[in-house]
Amino acid sequence: MAIEIRIPTILRSYTGGAKSVEASGDTLSALMDDLDAQHPGIKARLVTETGALHRFVNVYVNDEDVRFTGSLDTALSDGDSVTILPAVAGG
Amino acid sequence: MKDSTARVRPRLGTLAGVLTIDQATHDEIVAHARRDHPDEACGIVAGPAGSDRPERFVAMTNAERSPTFYRFDAAEQLRVWREMDDRDEEPVVIYHSHTATEAYPSRTDISFAGEPGAHYVLVSTRDADRPEFRSFRIVDGVVTEEEVEIVERYLLGHTPSATVYD
Repeated sequence: MAIEIRIPTILRSYTGGAKSVEASGDTLSALMDDLDAQHPGIKARLVTETGALHRFVNVYVNDEDVRFTGSLDTALSDGDSVTILPAVAGG
Repeated sequence: MKDSTARVRPRLGTLAGVLTIDQATHDEIVAHARRDHPDEACGIVAGPAGSDRPERFVAMTNAERSPTFYRFDAAEQLRVWREMDDRDEEPVVIYHSHTATEAYPSRTDISFAGEPGAHYVLVSTRDADRPEFRSFRIVDGVVTEEEVEIVERYLLGHTPSATVYD
């Protein structure tokens, strides 16, 4: 199973500069674990210690914001495309 | 409309770097900030990757609709970022407004700054008659103010020495 993950600029230090990497997982949670196994440290930038997606990270599966599809429980299929974008925010 | 503070040139040598921006785009940013006051306005100006030229103004929806916080709508951000990718562009300017405080990045602004290559433009609408327009680099949590150079239009191969004022 191969799922393409688009990596934002600030996380490319974990992927050796790659803007797109591949990983596998039946759910977004499993995908994060596989991603971290290949690129250690990246998961901590995306998932909190309590096991939830960071509030200011946007993750999309096939262009759908995973906040509406079950967050880390979102089911994945072979060929799905995941995009990660840090929220642009401030005060 | 009175000139924004961008026309006030700081003492030479006090600021590193420069944001070169054309008058029309500058005015669009200020107009957006004034329109959304007292909520914070936000958006980007896209430009060809590596060019450092802010060319394509894109006002973004502030999903927070707050006078003290802003956040790009997530679905809109994906569309805009995808579009920039398709056009080989990058966010040259990321702007937002402060409606009651100075045009300087807050601690929140600094902690959320996720595009190290962008010029972070702050507009303050705390004074209705005199909007403040300032630009900064925010890299690894460090804020560096830069000069704002307003040009009539971009020249081919534009360099600061070829600046044209109206």
